[in-house]
Amino acid sequence: MPSIEVQQLEKSFSSNAQTLFAGLSFALASNECLCLLGPSGCGKTTLLRLLMGLERPSSGTISINPALNEKMSYVFQEPRLVPWRNCLENVLLPLELTAQKSAAACTRAVELLQEIGLADRLEHFPDQLSGGMQMRVALARALITQPKIVLLDEPFAALDERTRFHMQDLLLDLKARLQLQYIFVTHSISEAAYIGDRILLLDNTGAARDFRSIDFKERNQSLKLTPAFNAVVSEYSSLFNEMENSRTMSTAVRPR
Amino acid sequence: MLATLRLWITDKLPAWIFLAGLLSVWELIVGRQWVASYLLPSPLQILDTTLDMWPDIFSATLSTARSILWGLGLSLFVGITSALIFFSIPIARRAILPFCIFFQTVPIIAIAPLLVIWFGYGQPTVNASAFIVSLFPILANTLTGLQETDPQLKELFKLYKPTRWQLVFKLQIPSAIPYIITGIKISAGLAVVGAIVGEFIAGGGLGSLIDAARTQQRVDLVFSGVFMSSALALALVYALNLITGFLFRHRPYLRKQ
Repeated sequence: MPSIEVQQLEKSFSSNAQTLFAGLSFALASNECLCLLGPSGCGKTTLLRLLMGLERPSSGTISINPALNEKMSYVFQEPRLVPWRNCLENVLLPLELTAQKSAAACTRAVELLQEIGLADRLEHFPDQLSGGMQMRVALARALITQPKIVLLDEPFAALDERTRFHMQDLLLDLKARLQLQYIFVTHSISEAAYIGDRILLLDNTGAARDFRSIDFKERNQSLKLTPAFNAVVSEYSSLFNEMENSRTMSTAVRPR
Repeated sequence: MLATLRLWITDKLPAWIFLAGLLSVWELIVGRQWVASYLLPSPLQILDTTLDMWPDIFSATLSTARSILWGLGLSLFVGITSALIFFSIPIARRAILPFCIFFQTVPIIAIAPLLVIWFGYGQPTVNASAFIVSLFPILANTLTGLQETDPQLKELFKLYKPTRWQLVFKLQIPSAIPYIITGIKISAGLAVVGAIVGEFIAGGGLGSLIDAARTQQRVDLVFSGVFMSSALALALVYALNLITGFLFRHRPYLRKQ
Protein backbone atom coordinates (compact mmCIF):
# COMPACT_ATOMS: atom_id res chain seq x y z
CA MET A 1 0.00 0.00 0.00
CA PRO A 2 1.37 3.44 -0.88
CA SER A 3 2.21 5.88 1.90
CA ILE A 4 0.16 8.62 0.39
CA GLU A 5 -2.34 8.53 -2.41
CA VAL A 6 -3.78 11.66 -3.95
CA GLN A 7 -6.68 11.52 -6.37
CA GLN A 8 -8.25 14.23 -8.51
CA LEU A 9 -7.08 16.91 -6.09
CA GLU A 10 -8.28 20.48 -6.49
CA LYS A 11 -8.08 23.42 -4.16
CA SER A 12 -9.65 26.81 -4.58
CA PHE A 13 -9.68 29.72 -2.18
CA SER A 14 -12.60 32.03 -1.61
CA SER A 15 -10.21 35.00 -1.67
CA ASN A 16 -9.29 34.54 -5.35
CA ALA A 17 -10.76 32.77 -8.31
CA GLN A 18 -7.69 30.61 -9.00
CA THR A 19 -8.02 26.85 -8.70
CA LEU A 20 -4.87 24.94 -7.87
CA PHE A 21 -3.79 21.50 -9.12
CA ALA A 22 -6.61 20.89 -11.66
CA GLY A 23 -7.20 17.26 -10.73
CA LEU A 24 -3.74 16.23 -9.55
CA SER A 25 -3.29 12.52 -8.87
CA PHE A 26 -0.21 10.68 -7.65
CA ALA A 27 0.77 7.91 -5.27
CA LEU A 28 3.89 7.83 -3.15
CA ALA A 29 5.37 4.38 -2.50
CA SER A 30 6.42 3.54 1.03
CA ASN A 31 10.14 4.07 0.44
CA GLU A 32 10.10 7.09 -1.84
CA CYS A 33 11.16 10.62 -1.10
CA LEU A 34 9.43 13.26 -3.16
CA CYS A 35 10.50 16.76 -4.11
CA LEU A 36 7.88 19.34 -5.06
CA LEU A 37 9.38 21.76 -7.52
CA GLY A 38 7.77 24.75 -9.16
CA PRO A 39 7.58 28.53 -9.44
CA SER A 40 6.15 30.76 -6.69
CA GLY A 41 2.39 30.62 -6.43
CA CYS A 42 1.97 27.19 -8.04
CA GLY A 43 0.67 25.67 -4.81
CA LYS A 44 3.66 23.75 -3.44
CA THR A 45 3.07 24.94 0.11
CA THR A 46 -0.69 24.43 -0.24
CA LEU A 47 -0.15 20.85 -1.41
CA LEU A 48 2.06 20.18 1.60
CA ARG A 49 -0.50 21.71 3.97
CA LEU A 50 -3.24 19.60 2.37
CA LEU A 51 -1.16 16.46 2.92
CA MET A 52 -0.63 17.39 6.57
CA GLY A 53 -4.33 18.10 7.06
CA LEU A 54 -3.79 21.81 7.75
CA GLU A 55 -6.17 22.59 4.87
CA ARG A 56 -9.05 20.68 3.28
CA PRO A 57 -9.22 19.94 -0.44
CA SER A 58 -12.04 21.54 -2.44
CA SER A 59 -12.46 18.28 -4.29
CA GLY A 60 -10.61 15.00 -4.64
CA THR A 61 -9.21 12.77 -1.93
CA ILE A 62 -5.98 12.34 -0.02
CA SER A 63 -5.46 8.97 1.64
CA ILE A 64 -2.65 8.46 4.10
CA ASN A 65 -1.57 4.93 5.01
CA PRO A 66 -3.03 4.27 8.51
CA ALA A 67 0.41 3.01 9.62
CA LEU A 68 1.65 6.57 9.17
CA ASN A 69 -1.02 8.11 11.37
CA GLU A 70 0.59 10.14 14.14
CA LYS A 71 3.92 9.46 12.47
CA MET A 72 3.92 12.52 10.24
CA SER A 73 5.88 15.60 11.01
CA TYR A 74 5.96 19.07 9.44
CA VAL A 75 8.59 21.77 9.03
CA PHE A 76 7.15 25.18 8.21
CA GLN A 77 8.72 27.69 5.86
CA GLU A 78 9.54 29.84 8.92
CA PRO A 79 11.24 28.34 11.97
CA ARG A 80 8.25 29.18 14.22
CA LEU A 81 10.21 28.69 17.42
CA VAL A 82 8.48 29.59 20.68
CA PRO A 83 10.32 32.79 21.77
CA TRP A 84 10.27 32.09 25.52
CA ARG A 85 11.61 28.54 25.21
CA ASN A 86 15.28 27.80 24.75
CA CYS A 87 16.58 25.50 21.99
CA LEU A 88 16.24 22.32 24.00
CA GLU A 89 12.76 23.23 25.26
CA ASN A 90 11.67 24.07 21.72
CA VAL A 91 12.85 20.70 20.46
CA LEU A 92 11.05 18.94 23.33
CA LEU A 93 7.77 20.82 22.78
CA PRO A 94 6.07 18.14 20.62
CA LEU A 95 6.81 15.48 23.23
CA GLU A 96 5.52 17.69 26.03
CA LEU A 97 2.27 18.28 24.18
CA THR A 98 1.79 14.59 23.45
CA ALA A 99 2.88 13.56 26.98
CA GLN A 100 5.88 11.58 25.78
CA LYS A 101 8.59 13.60 27.49
CA SER A 102 11.09 11.40 29.30
CA ALA A 103 14.75 11.35 30.29
CA ALA A 104 15.50 9.26 27.22
CA ALA A 105 13.72 11.81 25.05
CA CYS A 106 15.84 14.60 26.53
CA THR A 107 19.00 12.69 25.69
CA ARG A 108 17.70 12.18 22.18
CA ALA A 109 16.96 15.89 21.84
CA VAL A 110 20.50 16.76 22.92
CA GLU A 111 21.89 14.25 20.42
CA LEU A 112 19.73 15.70 17.65
CA LEU A 113 20.95 19.21 18.45
CA GLN A 114 24.52 17.91 18.40
CA GLU A 115 23.90 16.34 15.03
CA ILE A 116 22.74 19.64 13.55
CA GLY A 117 25.69 21.48 15.05
CA LEU A 118 23.99 23.32 17.91
CA ALA A 119 25.39 21.34 20.85
CA ASP A 120 26.72 24.52 22.47
CA ARG A 121 23.42 26.40 22.13
CA LEU A 122 21.04 24.20 24.13
CA GLU A 123 20.17 27.00 26.56
CA HIS A 124 20.03 29.80 23.99
CA PHE A 125 16.72 31.45 23.20
CA PRO A 126 15.55 31.87 19.59
CA ASP A 127 16.35 35.61 19.56
CA GLN A 128 19.97 34.72 20.29
CA LEU A 129 20.25 32.49 17.20
CA SER A 130 20.72 33.33 13.54
CA GLY A 131 17.97 32.53 11.06
CA GLY A 132 19.80 29.44 9.87
CA MET A 133 20.28 28.13 13.40
CA GLN A 134 16.60 28.69 14.15
CA MET A 135 15.66 26.66 11.09
CA ARG A 136 17.89 23.82 12.21
CA VAL A 137 16.21 23.81 15.63
CA ALA A 138 12.86 23.62 13.81
CA LEU A 139 14.14 20.59 11.89
CA ALA A 140 15.25 18.93 15.14
CA ARG A 141 11.80 19.64 16.61
CA ALA A 142 10.18 17.86 13.66
CA LEU A 143 12.48 14.85 14.07
CA ILE A 144 12.17 14.42 17.86
CA THR A 145 8.85 12.58 17.53
CA GLN A 146 10.65 9.91 15.45
CA PRO A 147 8.34 10.37 12.48
CA LYS A 148 8.12 7.98 9.54
CA ILE A 149 7.48 10.81 7.11
CA VAL A 150 8.46 14.47 7.30
CA LEU A 151 6.92 17.22 5.18
CA LEU A 152 9.37 20.07 4.69
CA ASP A 153 8.43 23.44 3.21
CA GLU A 154 11.59 25.01 1.75
CA PRO A 155 13.39 24.50 5.04
CA PHE A 156 16.89 25.25 3.78
CA ALA A 157 16.14 28.31 1.64
CA ALA A 158 17.48 30.72 4.27
CA LEU A 159 20.63 28.74 5.09
CA ASP A 160 24.11 29.52 3.86
CA GLU A 161 25.35 27.12 1.23
CA ARG A 162 27.66 25.07 3.45
CA THR A 163 24.96 24.51 6.09
CA ARG A 164 22.44 23.77 3.37
CA PHE A 165 24.67 21.03 1.97
CA HIS A 166 25.19 19.67 5.47
CA MET A 167 21.43 19.58 6.06
CA GLN A 168 20.80 17.88 2.72
CA ASP A 169 23.28 15.19 3.65
CA LEU A 170 21.69 14.88 7.10
CA LEU A 171 18.32 14.20 5.45
CA LEU A 172 19.85 11.59 3.14
CA ASP A 173 21.56 10.00 6.12
CA LEU A 174 18.33 9.86 8.15
CA LYS A 175 16.62 8.35 5.15
CA ALA A 176 19.25 5.61 4.88
CA ARG A 177 19.53 4.96 8.62
CA LEU A 178 15.93 5.26 9.81
CA GLN A 179 14.04 4.66 6.54
CA LEU A 180 12.73 8.20 7.00
CA GLN A 181 10.52 9.32 4.16
CA TYR A 182 10.18 12.97 3.25
CA ILE A 183 8.28 15.30 0.97
CA PHE A 184 10.38 18.33 0.29
CA VAL A 185 9.34 21.63 -1.25
CA THR A 186 12.11 23.53 -2.99
CA HIS A 187 12.83 26.15 -5.63
CA SER A 188 16.19 24.68 -6.45
CA ILE A 189 16.40 22.18 -9.28
CA SER A 190 19.77 20.88 -8.17
CA GLU A 191 18.55 20.41 -4.59
CA ALA A 192 15.56 18.46 -5.92
CA ALA A 193 17.79 16.29 -8.09
CA TYR A 194 20.15 15.66 -5.19
CA ILE A 195 17.73 14.61 -2.46
CA GLY A 196 14.59 13.45 -4.30
CA ASP A 197 13.82 9.94 -5.53
CA ARG A 198 10.93 11.43 -7.34
CA ILE A 199 10.14 14.89 -8.53
CA LEU A 200 6.74 16.44 -8.94
CA LEU A 201 6.98 19.46 -11.17
CA LEU A 202 4.08 21.87 -10.73
CA ASP A 203 3.33 24.98 -12.70
CA ASN A 204 0.98 27.92 -12.33
CA THR A 205 -1.73 26.49 -14.58
CA GLY A 206 -2.20 23.48 -12.33
CA ALA A 207 -0.41 21.15 -14.75
CA ALA A 208 1.97 18.70 -13.12
CA ARG A 209 4.65 16.38 -14.30
CA ASP A 210 5.70 13.50 -12.13
CA PHE A 211 8.88 11.52 -12.79
CA ARG A 212 11.47 9.37 -11.07
CA SER A 213 14.78 11.00 -10.50
CA ILE A 214 17.95 9.25 -11.62
CA ASP A 215 19.06 6.76 -8.99
CA PHE A 216 22.59 7.87 -8.28
CA LYS A 217 24.58 5.08 -6.69
CA GLU A 218 26.15 7.19 -4.03
CA ARG A 219 25.01 10.63 -3.01
CA ASN A 220 27.49 13.00 -1.50
CA GLN A 221 28.22 16.64 -2.21
CA SER A 222 30.96 15.83 -4.74
CA LEU A 223 28.24 14.23 -6.85
CA LYS A 224 27.06 17.75 -7.66
CA LEU A 225 30.30 18.35 -9.54
CA THR A 226 29.97 15.34 -11.83
CA PRO A 227 28.87 15.76 -15.45
CA ALA A 228 26.19 13.12 -14.93
CA PHE A 229 24.54 15.15 -12.18
CA ASN A 230 24.74 18.36 -14.16
CA ALA A 231 23.22 16.63 -17.15
CA VAL A 232 20.28 15.61 -14.97
CA VAL A 233 19.87 19.13 -13.63
CA SER A 234 19.88 20.65 -17.11
CA GLU A 235 17.42 18.01 -18.27
CA TYR A 236 15.03 18.99 -15.47
CA SER A 237 15.55 22.66 -16.27
CA SER A 238 14.53 22.09 -19.86
CA LEU A 239 11.46 20.15 -18.68
CA PHE A 240 10.64 23.13 -16.53
CA ASN A 241 11.05 25.51 -19.48
CA GLU A 242 8.96 23.28 -21.66
CA MET A 243 6.10 23.48 -19.18
CA GLU A 244 6.46 27.26 -18.98
CA ASN A 245 6.50 27.57 -22.77
CA SER A 246 3.51 25.34 -23.34
CA ARG A 247 1.62 27.51 -20.89
CA THR A 248 2.59 30.71 -22.72
CA MET A 249 1.57 29.06 -25.99
CA SER A 250 -1.76 27.96 -24.64
CA THR A 251 -2.60 31.43 -23.43
CA ALA A 252 -1.20 33.22 -26.51
CA VAL A 253 -2.65 31.07 -29.30
CA ARG A 254 -6.19 30.63 -28.20
CA PRO A 255 -8.45 29.12 -30.87
CA ARG A 256 -11.43 31.30 -31.75
CA MET B 1 32.52 52.32 35.19
CA LEU B 2 33.38 55.38 33.13
CA ALA B 3 30.78 54.35 30.59
CA THR B 4 28.14 54.03 33.32
CA LEU B 5 29.03 57.48 34.58
CA ARG B 6 28.80 58.92 31.07
CA LEU B 7 25.42 57.27 30.58
CA TRP B 8 24.24 58.72 33.89
CA ILE B 9 25.44 62.17 32.86
CA THR B 10 23.64 62.12 29.51
CA ASP B 11 20.59 60.22 30.71
CA LYS B 12 19.79 61.32 34.26
CA LEU B 13 21.78 64.48 34.99
CA PRO B 14 19.53 66.90 33.02
CA ALA B 15 16.51 65.92 35.15
CA TRP B 16 18.47 66.45 38.40
CA ILE B 17 19.73 69.84 37.23
CA PHE B 18 16.20 70.85 36.27
CA LEU B 19 14.90 69.74 39.68
CA ALA B 20 17.63 71.67 41.49
CA GLY B 21 16.82 74.77 39.40
CA LEU B 22 13.11 74.45 40.06
CA LEU B 23 13.61 74.09 43.83
CA SER B 24 15.99 77.09 43.92
CA VAL B 25 13.56 79.31 42.04
CA TRP B 26 10.74 78.11 44.30
CA GLU B 27 12.83 78.80 47.44
CA LEU B 28 13.74 82.25 46.08
CA ILE B 29 10.15 83.20 45.23
CA VAL B 30 8.89 82.26 48.68
CA GLY B 31 12.00 83.57 50.50
CA ARG B 32 11.57 87.01 48.94
CA GLN B 33 7.87 86.81 49.89
CA TRP B 34 6.75 87.30 46.32
CA VAL B 35 4.19 84.62 47.14
CA ALA B 36 2.70 84.33 50.64
CA SER B 37 4.05 81.31 52.49
CA TYR B 38 0.54 80.31 53.66
CA LEU B 39 -0.27 79.72 49.97
CA LEU B 40 3.03 78.21 48.90
CA PRO B 41 5.46 77.06 51.60
CA SER B 42 9.12 76.91 50.65
CA PRO B 43 10.77 73.56 49.88
CA LEU B 44 12.89 73.79 53.02
CA GLN B 45 9.80 74.47 55.12
CA ILE B 46 8.10 71.39 53.64
CA LEU B 47 11.19 69.34 54.42
CA ASP B 48 11.18 70.69 58.01
CA THR B 49 7.53 69.79 58.49
CA THR B 50 8.07 66.33 57.02
CA LEU B 51 10.96 65.66 59.41
CA ASP B 52 9.04 67.12 62.39
CA MET B 53 5.98 65.03 61.79
CA TRP B 54 7.83 62.00 60.42
CA PRO B 55 6.23 59.38 62.75
CA ASP B 56 2.70 60.47 61.74
CA ILE B 57 3.55 60.84 58.06
CA PHE B 58 5.38 57.51 58.00
CA SER B 59 2.51 55.58 59.58
CA ALA B 60 0.03 57.29 57.22
CA THR B 61 2.24 56.32 54.26
CA LEU B 62 2.43 52.73 55.47
CA SER B 63 -1.32 52.56 55.83
CA THR B 64 -1.84 53.92 52.30
CA ALA B 65 0.78 51.51 50.92
CA ARG B 66 -1.05 48.62 52.56
CA SER B 67 -4.33 49.65 50.91
CA ILE B 68 -2.63 50.05 47.52
CA LEU B 69 -1.12 46.57 47.75
CA TRP B 70 -4.42 45.07 48.89
CA GLY B 71 -6.37 46.74 46.10
CA LEU B 72 -3.79 46.01 43.42
CA GLY B 73 -3.31 42.41 44.57
CA LEU B 74 -7.04 41.78 44.54
CA SER B 75 -7.51 43.35 41.11
CA LEU B 76 -4.59 41.26 39.79
CA PHE B 77 -6.24 38.09 41.04
CA VAL B 78 -9.80 39.00 40.01
CA GLY B 79 -8.73 40.66 36.73
CA ILE B 80 -6.56 37.80 35.47
CA THR B 81 -9.03 35.13 36.59
CA SER B 82 -11.98 36.84 34.94
CA ALA B 83 -9.97 37.47 31.77
CA LEU B 84 -9.24 33.72 31.61
CA ILE B 85 -12.94 32.94 32.15
CA PHE B 86 -14.05 35.47 29.52
CA PHE B 87 -11.46 34.08 27.11
CA SER B 88 -12.52 30.46 27.60
CA ILE B 89 -16.27 31.11 27.63
CA PRO B 90 -17.07 33.59 24.83
CA ILE B 91 -20.74 33.80 25.80
CA ALA B 92 -19.71 34.96 29.28
CA ARG B 93 -17.52 37.63 27.68
CA ARG B 94 -20.33 38.91 25.49
CA ALA B 95 -22.79 38.90 28.39
CA ILE B 96 -20.66 40.37 31.17
CA LEU B 97 -17.76 42.36 29.69
CA PRO B 98 -19.86 45.36 28.58
CA PHE B 99 -20.87 45.86 32.23
CA CYS B 100 -17.28 45.62 33.44
CA ILE B 101 -16.69 48.88 31.61
CA PHE B 102 -18.74 50.31 34.48
CA PHE B 103 -15.61 49.93 36.61
CA GLN B 104 -13.66 52.05 34.17
CA THR B 105 -16.19 54.79 33.59
CA VAL B 106 -17.75 55.44 37.00
CA PRO B 107 -15.91 58.19 38.92
CA ILE B 108 -14.53 56.63 42.08
CA ILE B 109 -15.41 59.79 44.04
CA ALA B 110 -19.07 59.12 43.19
CA ILE B 111 -19.19 55.59 44.58
CA ALA B 112 -16.85 56.11 47.53
CA PRO B 113 -19.77 57.20 49.81
CA LEU B 114 -21.55 53.99 48.85
CA LEU B 115 -18.47 52.01 49.86
CA VAL B 116 -18.50 53.74 53.25
CA ILE B 117 -22.13 52.67 53.74
CA TRP B 118 -21.22 49.10 52.90
CA PHE B 119 -17.81 48.69 54.52
CA GLY B 120 -17.83 51.46 57.15
CA TYR B 121 -15.03 53.94 57.85
CA GLY B 122 -11.47 52.66 57.61
CA GLN B 123 -9.26 50.38 55.67
CA PRO B 124 -11.78 47.96 54.01
CA THR B 125 -13.41 50.85 52.16
CA VAL B 126 -10.03 52.21 51.08
CA ASN B 127 -8.96 48.76 49.85
CA ALA B 128 -12.22 48.42 47.90
CA SER B 129 -11.73 51.85 46.35
CA ALA B 130 -8.18 50.98 45.20
CA PHE B 131 -9.48 47.67 43.86
CA ILE B 132 -12.34 49.16 41.86
CA VAL B 133 -10.27 51.72 39.96
CA SER B 134 -7.38 49.32 39.25
CA LEU B 135 -9.41 46.32 38.08
CA PHE B 136 -10.23 47.21 34.50
CA PRO B 137 -6.78 47.77 32.93
CA ILE B 138 -5.53 44.38 34.14
CA LEU B 139 -8.67 42.62 32.97
CA ALA B 140 -8.74 44.30 29.55
CA ASN B 141 -5.02 43.89 28.89
CA THR B 142 -4.95 40.23 29.93
CA LEU B 143 -7.92 39.51 27.70
CA THR B 144 -6.31 41.29 24.73
CA GLY B 145 -3.05 39.41 25.33
CA LEU B 146 -4.83 36.05 25.39
CA GLN B 147 -6.65 36.90 22.17
CA GLU B 148 -3.56 38.13 20.33
CA THR B 149 -1.62 34.85 20.30
CA ASP B 150 0.54 34.53 17.18
CA PRO B 151 -1.59 32.50 14.70
CA GLN B 152 1.57 30.84 13.32
CA LEU B 153 2.50 29.50 16.75
CA LYS B 154 -1.08 28.40 17.28
CA GLU B 155 -0.92 26.42 14.05
CA LEU B 156 2.35 24.84 15.19
CA PHE B 157 0.77 23.76 18.49
CA LYS B 158 -2.29 22.37 16.65
CA LEU B 159 0.02 19.94 14.80
CA TYR B 160 0.46 18.11 18.09
CA LYS B 161 -3.23 18.11 19.04
CA PRO B 162 -2.79 19.82 22.40
CA THR B 163 -5.45 19.78 25.10
CA ARG B 164 -7.26 23.01 25.76
CA TRP B 165 -5.27 23.52 28.97
CA GLN B 166 -1.94 22.90 27.26
CA LEU B 167 -2.86 25.56 24.72
CA VAL B 168 -3.77 28.00 27.49
CA PHE B 169 -0.83 27.38 29.81
CA LYS B 170 1.95 26.68 27.32
CA LEU B 171 0.99 29.18 24.62
CA GLN B 172 -1.72 31.68 25.40
CA ILE B 173 -0.74 32.77 28.92
CA PRO B 174 3.00 33.13 28.11
CA SER B 175 2.08 35.14 24.99
CA ALA B 176 -0.10 37.39 27.13
CA ILE B 177 2.60 38.15 29.71
CA PRO B 178 3.85 41.41 28.11
CA TYR B 179 0.25 42.64 27.93
CA ILE B 180 -0.44 41.63 31.54
CA ILE B 181 2.63 43.51 32.73
CA THR B 182 1.55 46.67 30.90
CA GLY B 183 -1.86 46.27 32.53
CA ILE B 184 -0.31 45.93 35.98
CA LYS B 185 1.73 49.10 35.46
CA ILE B 186 -1.35 51.12 34.47
CA SER B 187 -3.33 49.63 37.34
CA ALA B 188 -0.59 50.39 39.87
CA GLY B 189 -0.85 54.12 39.16
CA LEU B 190 -4.63 53.99 39.39
CA ALA B 191 -4.54 52.02 42.66
CA VAL B 192 -2.63 54.92 44.27
CA VAL B 193 -5.35 57.35 43.13
CA GLY B 194 -8.08 54.97 44.33
CA ALA B 195 -6.51 54.57 47.76
CA ILE B 196 -6.02 58.32 48.34
CA VAL B 197 -9.57 59.12 47.19
CA GLY B 198 -10.91 56.33 49.40
CA GLU B 199 -9.02 57.79 52.36
CA PHE B 200 -10.49 61.26 51.75
CA ILE B 201 -13.93 59.78 52.38
CA ALA B 202 -13.28 56.84 54.69
CA GLY B 203 -10.31 58.19 56.67
CA GLY B 204 -6.84 56.87 57.43
CA GLY B 205 -3.55 57.08 55.54
CA LEU B 206 -2.16 59.94 53.47
CA GLY B 207 -5.59 60.87 52.11
CA SER B 208 -6.99 61.82 55.46
CA LEU B 209 -3.65 63.41 56.48
CA ILE B 210 -3.91 65.70 53.45
CA ASP B 211 -7.59 66.38 54.10
CA ALA B 212 -7.00 67.18 57.79
CA ALA B 213 -4.05 69.46 56.94
CA ARG B 214 -6.30 71.30 54.47
CA THR B 215 -8.94 72.01 57.10
CA GLN B 216 -6.18 73.35 59.41
CA GLN B 217 -4.67 75.51 56.64
CA ARG B 218 -1.37 73.56 57.00
CA VAL B 219 -0.30 73.90 53.36
CA ASP B 220 3.19 72.62 54.20
CA LEU B 221 1.68 69.39 55.54
CA VAL B 222 -0.54 69.07 52.46
CA PHE B 223 2.62 69.25 50.35
CA SER B 224 4.31 66.60 52.52
CA GLY B 225 1.35 64.28 51.97
CA VAL B 226 1.32 64.94 48.22
CA PHE B 227 5.05 64.24 47.91
CA MET B 228 4.79 61.08 49.97
CA SER B 229 1.95 59.75 47.81
CA SER B 230 3.88 60.41 44.62
CA ALA B 231 6.95 58.80 46.22
CA LEU B 232 4.77 55.76 46.91
CA ALA B 233 3.63 55.62 43.28
CA LEU B 234 7.24 55.98 42.07
CA ALA B 235 8.44 53.23 44.42
CA LEU B 236 5.69 50.97 43.12
CA VAL B 237 6.61 51.61 39.47
CA TYR B 238 10.30 51.09 40.30
CA ALA B 239 9.59 47.78 42.03
CA LEU B 240 7.47 46.61 39.08
CA ASN B 241 10.27 47.57 36.66
CA LEU B 242 12.75 45.56 38.72
CA ILE B 243 10.49 42.52 38.73
CA THR B 244 9.71 42.68 35.00
CA GLY B 245 13.36 43.36 34.15
CA PHE B 246 14.33 40.24 36.05
CA LEU B 247 11.56 38.23 34.38
CA PHE B 248 12.49 39.29 30.85
CA ARG B 249 16.19 38.72 31.45
CA HIS B 250 15.34 35.20 32.51
CA ARG B 251 12.82 34.48 29.73
CA PRO B 252 12.36 36.57 26.55
CA TYR B 253 8.56 36.85 26.71
CA LEU B 254 9.00 40.27 25.16
CA ARG B 255 10.48 40.05 21.71
CA LYS B 256 13.51 42.26 21.33
CA GLN B 257 12.94 44.85 18.67
